[in-house]
Amino acid sequence: MSKYAVEVDHVSMLFNMSSEKVDNIKEYFVRLVTRKLNFEEFWALRDVSFKIEKGDRLGVMGFNGAGKSTLLKVVAGVLKPTMGSVKIKGVIAPMLELGAGFDMNYTGKENIFLYGATMGYSRKFLEEKYDEIVEFSELGKFINTPMKNYSSGMKSRLGFAIATAVKPDILILDEVLSVGDAAFKEKSEQRIMELMDDGVTVLFVSHSTERVKKICNKAIILTKGQLVASGDAESICNIYTEMVNSR
Amino acid sequence: MSGKAKMKSHFGNFLKYRYLIKELVSKDIKLQYRNSVLGMFWTFLEPLLTMIVLSLVFNRLFGRDSSKVVNFPVYLLCGKLLHEFFTSSTKRAMRSIRSRASIIKKVYVPKYVYPLSAVLSKFVTFIISLSVLAVVILYFNIANINPITVTGNIVWALLPITVLFFFSLGVGMILATLNVFFKDIENIYDVFCLLLFYTTPIVYSIDRLGDPSTSAVARLIRFNPMYGFIDMFRGAVIHGAEFFTYFDMNLFYYCCGFTVVVLIVGFTMFYKNQDKFILHI
Repeated sequence: MSKYAVEVDHVSMLFNMSSEKVDNIKEYFVRLVTRKLNFEEFWALRDVSFKIEKGDRLGVMGFNGAGKSTLLKVVAGVLKPTMGSVKIKGVIAPMLELGAGFDMNYTGKENIFLYGATMGYSRKFLEEKYDEIVEFSELGKFINTPMKNYSSGMKSRLGFAIATAVKPDILILDEVLSVGDAAFKEKSEQRIMELMDDGVTVLFVSHSTERVKKICNKAIILTKGQLVASGDAESICNIYTEMVNSR
Repeated sequence: MSGKAKMKSHFGNFLKYRYLIKELVSKDIKLQYRNSVLGMFWTFLEPLLTMIVLSLVFNRLFGRDSSKVVNFPVYLLCGKLLHEFFTSSTKRAMRSIRSRASIIKKVYVPKYVYPLSAVLSKFVTFIISLSVLAVVILYFNIANINPITVTGNIVWALLPITVLFFFSLGVGMILATLNVFFKDIENIYDVFCLLLFYTTPIVYSIDRLGDPSTSAVARLIRFNPMYGFIDMFRGAVIHGAEFFTYFDMNLFYYCCGFTVVVLIVGFTMFYKNQDKFILHI
């Protein structure tokens, strides 16, 4: 058994940045004939390699457009890398954007089972967790109301409750700690801390060195798709602060 | 990964996501008629009303001169139900990837889950709507207007239905893939379905097109696999007593062969392109 929860091995990601997206046949043939079908290439990630040990909490830092979100999507298995490979050990809970799997015509209750199934959990498992999820989301009697009538705060609270009710091995966080009002924020932070105490592996994307220092023990910095620094959170945060100041 | 391990992980993945397939199918069915007064009843009412309208129009127009068509409304309903299943399931599968863009971009889900559940949910609706056929046959038999002798051979109807399910799945996979890259397919396919409706003997009998040995159109229509499915289904339901003389083995082999080809093409296209979906939706 490997002691690594996540192994990212020489991953590169190439995007075709066609200035206008061709999605109809007429346009396609016009461009084919006029030979304008050449795409502009863009490397979102270039030869990125790192390993995360089980129980480690890795902060991913970098300026806008550095490839942080692309990296998370590659790790989550949503994007397949153009080159290189990603190895994952255990159940991964993506929290890239909460509530993406909800159906607005469904009630909160029905959505718990739909969203849970999308994440690959069985109905029986979700039934066991149901009360906990409802209680944590603080939705109360609104759980049987169609989701189209929910406020955005209610939606993300429910999304957060479902995503963390399961005990994942690897948690991917993309600045989602800011859910709901101050009280719920505190509660959700506490929930994540609890998960960390249980030894969950975390990938955390943030611009805030303060947050990274608080949550992570290791960190990496991405610049223009390349890995420029990696090490313990404290020293990497100092490097990042220097980078921001010298910008 | 070795081939065996790959197969095993594919199968494990399917087991893990069978709950999602179940959830998506029941969601489609539940939401279809939510907030409508008659609710699920529309599954029966819609084909019944369509049958009445089409019978009024086409029975008067073409007369009842075909010896093969014992009972025009029942004949029509058989064809209409199967055609409706095929078009509605393939249309739904076609849109299934594009309409799930927001989730496909965020969470890893095996993508075949979406076209598969689209076809499955329409299949369940189709099976439920078959009961309207039973009611209509019962009505004609009780009223003694062109009664239909239903025999045990009706179980053979399961054969064309099952093959049609896989045929629709194959076509749905092809359309879902194409639709990601070319959105025009949605518009083209609507027109194609209309064409299919009139080139399949649904509102008319194939005998009207003349003898296949002399008429090119009659020969051509037989290449349409929908004709095979509908003809076999009618054979089992309407011509139960003489089913085995009615049943055309070659036509059945043709439909099965066509289905296998469509399935292979559909799955290959889908699997080869699924990693690119996210970049285009």
